[in-house]
Amino acid sequence: MQKVYERPESMADVQMSYCPGCLHGTVHRMIAEVIDELGVREQVVGVCPVGCAVFMYEYMSCDMIEAAHGRAPAVATGVKRVLPDSVVFTYQGDGDLAAIGTAEIIHAAARGERITTIFINNTTYGMTGGQMAPTTLLGQKSTTCPTGREAMREGFPIRVCELLATLDGPIYLARVAPVNAAGLVKTKNAIKKAFQKQLEGRGFSLVEVLCNCPTQLKVSPIDSLKWVEENMVPYYPLGEFVDR
Amino acid sequence: MGKIAINNERCKGCDLCVHFCPKQVILHGSSFNSKGHRPPKFQDDGVCTGCAICARICPDVAIEVWR
Ligand SMILES: Cc1ncc(C[n+]2csc(CCOP(=O)(O)OP(=O)(O)O)c2C)c(N)n1
Ligand code: SF4
Ligand code: SF4
Ligand code: SF4
Repeated sequence: MQKVYERPESMADVQMSYCPGCLHGTVHRMIAEVIDELGVREQVVGVCPVGCAVFMYEYMSCDMIEAAHGRAPAVATGVKRVLPDSVVFTYQGDGDLAAIGTAEIIHAAARGERITTIFINNTTYGMTGGQMAPTTLLGQKSTTCPTGREAMREGFPIRVCELLATLDGPIYLARVAPVNAAGLVKTKNAIKKAFQKQLEGRGFSLVEVLCNCPTQLKVSPIDSLKWVEENMVPYYPLGEFVDR
Repeated sequence: MGKIAINNERCKGCDLCVHFCPKQVILHGSSFNSKGHRPPKFQDDGVCTGCAICARICPDVAIEVWR
């Protein structure tokens, strides 16, 4: 027998701070695998968010920068324009990307920045205690809408891929859900394609990953994945929205 | 034929590998690691195919696979 699966080289051999069963770690590993497979580790510059993934720079074995909350696309824009041969990605939660950083992501996409964004939609502000996010589903409870989100009070959840798909800057937009075996493969493939699109140098690419937050949902890790499949996927359809 | 090794100290006992293994050869654990998590147990009875689905879902990169 030979070893067929081990820690990717682009991932540091350290303990991560995430709650048990949180898919942040799973997605980090997929990004590291893609960086290894494309052989671009020396060119990669990642930009970390504010949120539970704030320490991502500790977990990756490639260059990483920490941005202010929501400003990762602006930092990534600067890096890519100064170092056009670098491979630049941002990693952002829904509070980071779809609330405080809405302007940054829309304009980076509209400018067709040659960067890749990995967007973690877990319908909540995990780090700060489960407040409502722009992506919180209607009827879903959070610490700031304890009786459930109501459209006439808190507005409607934002579908980021569909919103960005109206722009001409993005060349790849996809939504995936690594909540079952097939979803794991599709998520990795979408992340790889998004990085390959950046290497083509023609525009902006983003992968929205539907993720779990078992801690704020207050359910077991496996039940949190079922929750994503049963509640998020109907509202946030999976697939490729832009591929050009 | 395959086998896996779980890094018990990195594992957080989330049991996602237990639920994802198509051959059901990863079982819920009963003893604690130094951080109080319960790593699952791999049942090495020749049924594992080395498909690595367990390693792909593991959020803590705690599983290595041989085939
Ligand atoms: C300028 C600024 N405003 C607010 C905060 C507080 N804050 C920290 S993380 C966070 C939201 C994180 O949510 P999300 O991006 O969904 O990531 P998650 O924690 O769910 O992974 C907020 C509002 C901050 N750190 N900085
Ligand atoms: S609070 Fe939620 S998003 Fe944050 S690490 Fe825990 S499970 Fe993951
Ligand atoms: S490699 Fe496949 S069959 Fe073997 S333990 Fe992991 S998921 Fe189960
Ligand atoms: S998926 Fe990983 S962290 Fe979770 S129980 Fe299995 S080995 Fe442990």
